[in-house]
Amino acid sequence: MKFFASGGSIFANKKELPFSSPTRETWIVVGGGICLGVAGILLTLPGLGTAVSIVLLVGVWATLWWQNARLANWQPKARWQVALRDVSVPFVFGVTLLLLWELAVLKFEISPVILPPPSAIATRLFAAHNMLWQDFVQTFIKGALTGYTMGVAAAFAVALVADRSDFLRRGLLPVGNFMAALPIIGTAPILVMWFGFDWHSKAAVVVVMVFFPVLVNTVEGLRASAPMQRDLMQTYGAGYGQTLWKLRVPAAMPFVFTGLKIATTLALIGAIVAEFFGSPIKGMGFRISTEVGRLALDMVWAEIVVAALAGSAFYGAIALLERVVTFWHPSQRARG
Amino acid sequence: MRSVYPVLVVIAGIVAVWYAAAIWMNTTWTLQQAERAETQLSVAQVVAGSFGQERPRLPMPDQVVAELWETTVERKVTSKRSLIFHAGITLSATLAGFAIGAGLGILLAVGIVHSRVMDMSVMPWAIASQTIPILAIAPMIIVVLNSVGVQGLLPKAVISAYLSFFPVVVGMVKGLRSPDAMQLDLLKTYSANRAQGFWKLRLPASLPYLFASLKIGVAASLVGAIVAELPTGAVRGLGARMLTGSYYGQTIQIWSALFMAAIVAAFLVGLIGVLQRASLARMGMVR
Repeated sequence: MKFFASGGSIFANKKELPFSSPTRETWIVVGGGICLGVAGILLTLPGLGTAVSIVLLVGVWATLWWQNARLANWQPKARWQVALRDVSVPFVFGVTLLLLWELAVLKFEISPVILPPPSAIATRLFAAHNMLWQDFVQTFIKGALTGYTMGVAAAFAVALVADRSDFLRRGLLPVGNFMAALPIIGTAPILVMWFGFDWHSKAAVVVVMVFFPVLVNTVEGLRASAPMQRDLMQTYGAGYGQTLWKLRVPAAMPFVFTGLKIATTLALIGAIVAEFFGSPIKGMGFRISTEVGRLALDMVWAEIVVAALAGSAFYGAIALLERVVTFWHPSQRARG
Repeated sequence: MRSVYPVLVVIAGIVAVWYAAAIWMNTTWTLQQAERAETQLSVAQVVAGSFGQERPRLPMPDQVVAELWETTVERKVTSKRSLIFHAGITLSATLAGFAIGAGLGILLAVGIVHSRVMDMSVMPWAIASQTIPILAIAPMIIVVLNSVGVQGLLPKAVISAYLSFFPVVVGMVKGLRSPDAMQLDLLKTYSANRAQGFWKLRLPASLPYLFASLKIGVAASLVGAIVAELPTGAVRGLGARMLTGSYYGQTIQIWSALFMAAIVAAFLVGLIGVLQRASLARMGMVR
C-alpha cells in the first residue's frame, strides 16, 4: 500500500480521471455484458476447432482482465463506492477463473476424472449435503475445534508458567521455535495408534500442532509491555495477578492473535491429514482419500469447497475477534 | 554459554518426561505378558520390562537413537533400509518444490508490487488459498497427475511448491514495499526508471524479508513433501517410512523417521540462515 500512497501523490491528477463521468461506468457494464455474451455463444456452439476455442477463451480472459483493470483504477469519492470496488475486484477475478475453468473443461472435453467443471462440483455440493455435513461435524467440530481449544488452553497455561521464570523462558523459546518449524504432522500415525481411529486422535494431533506456535507467540507477547508501564503498575501497588490481567495480558493480545491465526489453518490441516492414517467411515480426510480412490473427483472438490469455507470462516472469526479485542492497536486503527 | 544452558536444561527435562511417559505407557504390555505367564512381577521388574521392547507404545529415546544410528551409519546409503536413502528422496522433492514455489512466489510478488490490478485481485485469493487446508488436496493432485502420466518427483514437488509459495509471496511483497517514500523520491530525482528502481532499490531492500520468508517456506515444503508421500502408498521417502511403520506397528521406525525429518528441517533452515548471514553481511545489512 505504501508504494501506491507515495506514487499517488505524484500522479494524483492522472488517477482521478477515469470514472468521473457516467459514460465510463456504463462502458464497464456494457463491456461486461458483451463478455458474458461471447461466453454464452462459446458455450452453445458445439463443433468449434481447438485453435478457435483457445483464441476465444483468451479473448474472454483478456476482456474480463481489462474490465477488472479499469475497475481497480476507479477512484470514487464516496466511501461505499470504495468498499464496493475493493470487494468486486477480487470477486470478478474469481468469477473469471471459474468461468474460464468451466469453458475450458467443456470445450476441450477434459475428462471429469481429471478435472470436473465447477458446475458439476456445485451440483454435487447440493446433492450430497447430508454426507458433507456429517463429515464436517466429524472433522471440523469434533476434531479440529476441540483440539484447537485444548491446544490453545495448554499453550496459555505453559506460557504463564514459563513467564514466571526467566530461566525457563530462555530455555523454552528456542525449543518452541524449533518445534514450530518441524513437520509435526508426522506425529499423526503415532497419535492415531494411541488414541484410536475416532475423533479423539484427530483432536490430539491438532493439540500438538497448535501448541507450539501459540506458546511461542504468547511468551513473546507477555514481554510486550514497556518497563515504564510495569513501573506504573508497581507505583499503583498492583500485585502479580493484577499486573498480569490489567496490563500484560491485554498488551500480549496482538501477539497471541498472530499465533491463534496461524493455528486456525494448522488445526484444519491436522484434523484432515490425521484421517489419512485411519478413521471411522466419516470425516473430510477419509472422504477425500476414498473418493480419490474411486475417481469421484467432483465429491473430492465438493469436500475441498467445504474445507475452504470452514477454514476461511474460522480464520475470519478469529480475525474479527482480534479486531474487537485489540481495537487499540495501531494495525487495527489504521484501516478506517 | 549463558543462552545455551537453559535450552539444555529444558531439553533434558523433555527427555526425562519422555522416559517417565514411556515407562508408564509400556507397562501394559509387560503386565499382560506376566498375566499370560501367570507370574507376579515386582515394581522394578515392571519398570525394567518397559525398556527394550520390540514394539513399544512409546519407544525409549535410546531405542530411537540406536535405530537412527543403525539406519544411517551402519547401513549402506543405497540400501532400502537406510534412512539416508529415504531422507534423500524426500529432500530432492522438497528442494525441487521449494525452488518452484520460491521462484513463483517471487515472480508473483514482483507482479503484485508493480500492478495495481494484480494486487487488488490476486492478493485476496492468495490469502484465501491459505485458509484452505492445501494438504487435503494432496491425494487428489497426486492421483490426477498420475493419470495424466506425470509420476515420481514432480507431483510431490507440486505440493511442496504450493505450500512454500505463500510465505514467500507475503514476505517478498512486504520487502519490495519496504523502501520508504524518501528513498523512492530520491530515485525519482535521479530520474531512475521503474526497472532501475526495482534492481537498485526495491530488490536489495527486500532481501532481509525474503530470507525470513524462505526459512518458513522451506520448512513448509518439507511438510508438503512428506504428506505427499502418504496417499499413493509410496514405498520410498520419510513419509512412506511413517506410513509403513504405522501399518505394521513399528513405532521405533516411525519415531526415527520423525527425528530424521526434524534433522532435515533443521539442516535446511540452518542452511538458509547461513546464506542469509553471509549475503546480508556482504551488503552491510547485518543488525
